[in-house]
Amino acid sequence: MKSRMAYPYIVWLSMFIVLPLLLILYYGLTAVDGSFTLDNFQRFIDPIYLRVLWRSVELALLSTAICLVLGYPMAMIIAKTEIKRRNLMVLLFILPMWMNFLLRTYAWMTLLGRNGVINNILGWAGLPELNLLYNASAVVLGMVYNFLPFMVLPIYTVLSKMDQSYIEAAKDLGANNRKVFWKVIFPLSLPGVISGVTMVFMPAVSTFVIPRLLGGGQLMLIGNLVEQQFSYVGDWNFGSAISIVMMLFILISMALMTRFDKEQQGGVGLW
Amino acid sequence: MVKKWIERSYSGLIFVFLYAPILVLIIFSFNESRTRGNWGGFTLHWYADLFRDRQILSAFYYTLSIGVISAVVSTIVGTFAAVGIYNMRYLGQKTILNLNYLPVLNPDIVTGVALMTLFIFFNFRLGFLTLLLAHITFCIPYVILAVLPKLRQLDKNLAEAAMDLGAKPFYAFRKVVLPEITPGIITGALIAFTLSIDDFVISFFTTGSGVTNISITVFSMARRGVNPMINALSTIMFTTVLLLLLWINYRTNKEKEEDEDEKELQMYNVLGTAGDTLSDDDRV
Amino acid sequence: MFLVLLGILFPMMTGCSDQETLYVYNWGDYIDESVLRDFEEEFDVRIVYETYATNEDMIVKIRSGGSRYDVAIPSDYMIERMINEELLREINMDRITNYHYVKEDLKNLDFDPDNRFSVPYMWGTVGIIYNTTMVDDVVDSWEILWDETYEGDILMMDSQRDSIGITLLKLGYSLNSRDEDELEEAKQELIRQKPLVLAYVVDEGKDMMVAEEAALAVVWSGDAVIMMEENEDLEYVIPKEGSNLWFDNMVIPTTSENPELAEEFINFMTRPEIAQRNAEYIGYSTPNLGAMELLDDEITGNPAAYPPDEMLENLEVFQDPGDFLSVYDRIWTEVKAH
Repeated sequence: MKSRMAYPYIVWLSMFIVLPLLLILYYGLTAVDGSFTLDNFQRFIDPIYLRVLWRSVELALLSTAICLVLGYPMAMIIAKTEIKRRNLMVLLFILPMWMNFLLRTYAWMTLLGRNGVINNILGWAGLPELNLLYNASAVVLGMVYNFLPFMVLPIYTVLSKMDQSYIEAAKDLGANNRKVFWKVIFPLSLPGVISGVTMVFMPAVSTFVIPRLLGGGQLMLIGNLVEQQFSYVGDWNFGSAISIVMMLFILISMALMTRFDKEQQGGVGLW
Repeated sequence: MVKKWIERSYSGLIFVFLYAPILVLIIFSFNESRTRGNWGGFTLHWYADLFRDRQILSAFYYTLSIGVISAVVSTIVGTFAAVGIYNMRYLGQKTILNLNYLPVLNPDIVTGVALMTLFIFFNFRLGFLTLLLAHITFCIPYVILAVLPKLRQLDKNLAEAAMDLGAKPFYAFRKVVLPEITPGIITGALIAFTLSIDDFVISFFTTGSGVTNISITVFSMARRGVNPMINALSTIMFTTVLLLLLWINYRTNKEKEEDEDEKELQMYNVLGTAGDTLSDDDRV
Repeated sequence: MFLVLLGILFPMMTGCSDQETLYVYNWGDYIDESVLRDFEEEFDVRIVYETYATNEDMIVKIRSGGSRYDVAIPSDYMIERMINEELLREINMDRITNYHYVKEDLKNLDFDPDNRFSVPYMWGTVGIIYNTTMVDDVVDSWEILWDETYEGDILMMDSQRDSIGITLLKLGYSLNSRDEDELEEAKQELIRQKPLVLAYVVDEGKDMMVAEEAALAVVWSGDAVIMMEENEDLEYVIPKEGSNLWFDNMVIPTTSENPELAEEFINFMTRPEIAQRNAEYIGYSTPNLGAMELLDDEITGNPAAYPPDEMLENLEVFQDPGDFLSVYDRIWTEVKAH
């Protein structure tokens, strides 16, 4: 009887979540004149667009890897700190996340520009100017900067709740630090790592803001391609087709990740 | 000892990486010269400009009003929905929850263009209303995800006991269930508000008629290159958030002395909202 | 604190809402905004002002619906296309009492033969702006944008017609080419050029050139005038292969719900004092003879803004490619995606 309380949301859900997705599916599968076609998807198979997809995945993977390498030790350090300072450190990670995402990205334009802060410092030191902005490294940097807290926080949460007795037991049994880490700590922290990886990879692979601002229109990622189709070319059909490809790509990789996660945790997963 | 030193300097470096850009923005918001590189003397005139800029003021207003309204609406709809879903049969529950995950997992840009397609397909005029509908849509799922775990922790017998003692279902809900799930509702409302004021991508596609939020305004200004007014805006936003968080931290620390574990947990729930939602704590 | 501010802002915002509202959709950095304030005051209306970066952005927004713009300012070829797509409303010219100030040879151009749909706003050319301290070669040809010495110092325009157009000219073709092979060749040229390009920009290029972050940029003449005012080392050239001559006219899209007010606005913008103030501020060339008389001789004598007739001979106006547009779209998408 109480399940009726969900009815308003079910209506909302079908109108604003299901229907829009059905609409882009419709646009993706039709030509401009409304007739059924697979052309939009076929067009995407073109090497040029596949390269865009590959480039997005590549940069997102790179950013995720960098975040993991930088973030895991950080999460461990936080988890080991005594409680009062630990709260402060967590706070310091959350703080930038609460600042507008656009402002965080914009900050790097000030630093990396040809007359930016970094080049000025290089200039003082008598070093040559560098082209730091408007290339792939700037984009990766922007991604790492924006998404690093997403990696640190979930790993930290898992680490801080970890049952210390496992570690002690392993040590009692004669395992050295490295062994304890790889055989006990890391496997136990995997749920956090998986959360972190998905939370960094997902926004990184689909962003169009970071490449637009830090890539100077030089670097087209899949998000930019979608944005361009919808707001510049006005080709909704092709744009929808790319959106669907992107969505499937992400949902499938998410499903694989959570399935893996579920096996680890035994919890209730996505599907 | 050496290990401690390495740890300290490592976290120091990470924090420098996180905060240096923000610090630079703040410093340059007081820079007389428009170009980034050189320091032309101290000034407050970018702040004065900021408070005179109509576009920024209206963006500020829209950001806040959309944030408040969508937080309220999505919290109400989401809480009811969570209770309803909780009481559903297995299959229905699973279907709705999976659909509920769609906006959470889908890239923002897909949600954005899909909603835009919907609004235009049905001849809605893009503007305040469409922006609001879009924000409510992407906020509700997070509210549900925040409330549902609290319901799961609830003792099923409580509400029934209340009803056995003569309470009407709604009365039982209000007196017995609601107080128990309130922390989840508050978390949900905060997540919704945070997500709404921070959103760019979905807003970018679903607004029009001159209605823009802070993110969109910053995007269009940043696309033109560096603008000291944005620095001034960043400084204000950063200071506000900093004060707010310090205050929350202070309050939780104080309360924690009374009720250690529970409050600490709650603080992480509340603070870690923007990012932490998907992490294991809130996963259903 | 937020709530207090909300309390202050709310009455301020709603206070204006019972006024009539005019939705103006214009290029970025393409109006003296104080002119808008004057219009609001004089006619007791509220203007909602939005900007776009290219003609293509604009038509997509208008065509898709979901908006209610009363006035937009597209360029020549886009006006032609909008007329063909029936996106424009006829303007009641009797109400544009200042129309007689418009220079005769800028009226009745091919894209709108009887000026039934549009009133001239600004006109200009496309050329190269370069920093004389950073470029040693003589800049007189589009070729220089493909010169490897300037790798990482070139700004191209993030606008498909302009970028493809100048490439066609460089190859010796018409910038209105409708030949697939020529366009394919242009595409290859643009792809070849890509590693040399620092960034693809529109409005942001101005600051970058003034701040000397790049040596060469493809720009519209009016922007060049403003940049040269701010940095004396900058020079503007129309390359010898020819270039694009463009006209931006004010139009009333069919999305308008208040065409009378839109006409009032168009007439207001055509008033000599207003047109003069506006032209002075944005640096573009006004088609308004009344305004030209009010402008400084220094401005009207500047060949970058008001090129002498012999310079105009070599210039071509964009035409609507019609069905061929999808080829342009595709080429540009592929260049950007490469």
